[in-house]
Amino acid sequence: MRGLRRTLMGAAACALVLGGTGPGLAKDKKKDESAAVKAARDFNKDPYPSSYRPYPSQSTLITGATVFDGAGGKIERGAVLIRDGKIAAVAENAAALDVPADAVRIDGTGKFITPGIIDAHSHLGDYPSPGVEAHSDGNEATAPTTPQVWAEHSVWPQDPGFSRAMANGGVTSLLVLPGSANLMGGRGVVLKNVPARTMQGMKFPGAPYSLKMACGENPKRVYGSKGREPSTRMGNLAVNRATWIQAQEYRFKRDAGTLDSRDLAMETLAGVLDGEILVQNHCYRADEMAIVLDMGKEFGYKISTFHHAVEAYKIGDLLAAAGTCSAVWADWWGFKMEAYDAIPENATILQKAGACVVIHSDDENGIQRLNQEAAKAQGDARRIGVDVPDAEVIRWLTLNPAKAIGIDKLTGSLEAGKAGDVVLWNGNPLSVYSRPEKVWVDGALLFDTADRKRRAVSDFELGQPGEGDVK
Amino acid sequence: MSARRVTAALAALLACTAAPALAQTVAITGGKVVIGDGTDPIEGGTVLVQNGKVVAAGRDVAIPAGVPTVDAKGKWVTPGLVVAVTDIGLYDVEAVDDSNDSGADKSPFSASLDISHAINPDAQHIKVSRAGGVTRAAIAPIGTDRIFGGQGAVIDLGDDPDPVVASRAFQYVELGETGAARAGGSRVAAWAELHNALLEARELSLAPAGARRDDVLLNRRDAQALVPVVTGRQPLYVHVERAADIRMVLGLRKEFPLIKLTIVGTTEGWMVAGELAKAGVAVLATPLNDLPGSFEKLGATQSNVGRMKAAGVKVALGAFFDQPRYAPQYAGNLVSLTKVPGASGLTWNQAFAAISSAPAEVMGMGDRFGSLRPGRAGDVVIWDGDPLEVTSGVSKVYIDGVEQSLKNHQTQLRDRYLNPGEGALPKAYNW
Repeated sequence: MRGLRRTLMGAAACALVLGGTGPGLAKDKKKDESAAVKAARDFNKDPYPSSYRPYPSQSTLITGATVFDGAGGKIERGAVLIRDGKIAAVAENAAALDVPADAVRIDGTGKFITPGIIDAHSHLGDYPSPGVEAHSDGNEATAPTTPQVWAEHSVWPQDPGFSRAMANGGVTSLLVLPGSANLMGGRGVVLKNVPARTMQGMKFPGAPYSLKMACGENPKRVYGSKGREPSTRMGNLAVNRATWIQAQEYRFKRDAGTLDSRDLAMETLAGVLDGEILVQNHCYRADEMAIVLDMGKEFGYKISTFHHAVEAYKIGDLLAAAGTCSAVWADWWGFKMEAYDAIPENATILQKAGACVVIHSDDENGIQRLNQEAAKAQGDARRIGVDVPDAEVIRWLTLNPAKAIGIDKLTGSLEAGKAGDVVLWNGNPLSVYSRPEKVWVDGALLFDTADRKRRAVSDFELGQPGEGDVK
Repeated sequence: MSARRVTAALAALLACTAAPALAQTVAITGGKVVIGDGTDPIEGGTVLVQNGKVVAAGRDVAIPAGVPTVDAKGKWVTPGLVVAVTDIGLYDVEAVDDSNDSGADKSPFSASLDISHAINPDAQHIKVSRAGGVTRAAIAPIGTDRIFGGQGAVIDLGDDPDPVVASRAFQYVELGETGAARAGGSRVAAWAELHNALLEARELSLAPAGARRDDVLLNRRDAQALVPVVTGRQPLYVHVERAADIRMVLGLRKEFPLIKLTIVGTTEGWMVAGELAKAGVAVLATPLNDLPGSFEKLGATQSNVGRMKAAGVKVALGAFFDQPRYAPQYAGNLVSLTKVPGASGLTWNQAFAAISSAPAEVMGMGDRFGSLRPGRAGDVVIWDGDPLEVTSGVSKVYIDGVEQSLKNHQTQLRDRYLNPGEGALPKAYNW
């Protein structure tokens, strides 16, 4: 039955394609063209819409905890009120708050509160666990530019990595990006870190798309080894520039109403040139980042964030001036040639230069310890005489990544009206000894160390050794 | 400076260069001293190192006349970290093949390969690890396309041309998924390869003139290299993750009772903890695996190490092939688990021991280094805070009592770029 249906559908698709060129339809040609123009201009920009709805929540008041608001603020023994799934108020004194009578009250004395942690660079779902070949869905490494692919179409919501990121890392939002084999790897998608049956059930409502780009070793290695362009860094640039020229032409035709068909790749690039899609650019070396900044100027787009950016410290001034964030590891180093000049003080020197610092993971284990990575960078700062206050370091994991991926109006800080994405930590999150105790997403309690059943177990883990175990 | 002072300074300088033994003697006073053997830290303790060895550590240590002292008040003083197994010193840049000796797919040899020939004490990875407080390591031998990686080495990370403490210190075998792939596509093949190799080695060990059958598979060099394994003179490190694979490895001793086993990786060790404890087999556990990264790690949990420890398994942290300087962070995470309901972790004292004395003991070298007990190597690290805390860092490192340079490629880049922008001359002149 299933096979039969597939055959019929295939036949229907063929008919459609043939229909457009069939001689019998010649007299409708003009009408068809205008329909194509319309389709190319007025296409549905959200064809796989989010079906996420916040889970039922109770008004919750947490008192007595040290509050890091994500925007650089800190309140000792503060009060945080979550109501209707949103941050209702953050105050020094709970007495000043209008707390609903049925609110859950949590004594946070000795504990710490932060906004939900945000990872601006993840491949969860696209390279899920177990990391078998059949799960390798993050790099469409068949052409150097593939802006037509969307990471969301690879996301496997049953990746057990999502639950670990919440339980151990307090992660409530993440940007899932395509890999870096390609110069233009495709669109990235922002997810709420909530268990769901479908990708759409995780998709962050209202978040912009991102375009993943990559410079340096990866694209030239992957395609050079196939005997095709690019095989050099100059080849990287040439292919990028040629593709942006195409995108500019596409956009011009689109606006002039002279396109005769849709083009998925160009729609993404035009979206970047329109300012609707953010650019997330994997780039290690300082000299390359400087060239990429100029390429952005040449074609009229902004680079939201350089990812990995291990040499960002060499050009902190340029990055600050460009308003481009650097999403960095604390101290990954030396694993490949373009990572040879990585230093643990990267984040510190950027911070000193007034540039935007984001601590990112790019790793299913690292995403569980973003707080520790930030703390390491803070310790390294202190040793060179730079004091970055705790509250400022927390911004590297919350409001700054929110800004980098375009959700800073919706989450990333404990501002009244923003999403009730909150982590209660059992100690200072900038200590190796602290772990999340409770995590709320849009006000719904989705992880609680005190309640075994508030622990997400993916379909994959059912009936396996360690089902429902602490992780 | 007066002429007399200059003379005195010169004399002191000459004394230092002429008598290296002096440089191996130091008393570190006033710090919070961690012995590293699982005992409680000692506030305001002294560590006395003479002629490269720890003489005493603790409170009320008398400092002999003439011993130079270093004030560690407000700091922590610990043994150097010990990391087993790792691969530093085998490459400059892992992804740059020309610089990388950690694999030899086309070699006709396997078990006989001796990693000590490849270790480069000037590699930046050794310098960076040293600056992170790591002073000794067990270096995993290079992998080939066979299950036998070859013979590993124990090194010190000293800033000197002589890194090897013990060559041919252990034999390294890959079983599990990796071993299966190398042996021809299944665990069955890997097992056959291991079993056959051990049999051939035993036959060789029993043959009076080294005579061999004419249908052997191992070349003589490789078979000879396995003789110390089957006769129990060289430990056999076996990398496995799955509970069933661990059981198979433990069963090996029925047929080869002299083999001294160590299990490496051991993600599902908690599922067979009782059997590991009963067998008295030591484990070098990858610390924080909590994802089913492969089908042999389905039971992964961060509580693995804590559960094995509680069951009486001799366990040390190791087998993380990222940076050895992450050892304290891994250990600290295991401490954090003790505050998580339902999780199993380590106490602080156990956690520190798991990256100092415990790996040294697993390597059979607990009497030589890994703690500040008398007679151990003078490998001492002074930290600016709790060594397991991620915000803490290393102030000084001593190896065999010699204060080490902590300078490396990273520190030099840091100093050059601390203040952005070019000066009167380009950055290139700032060094």
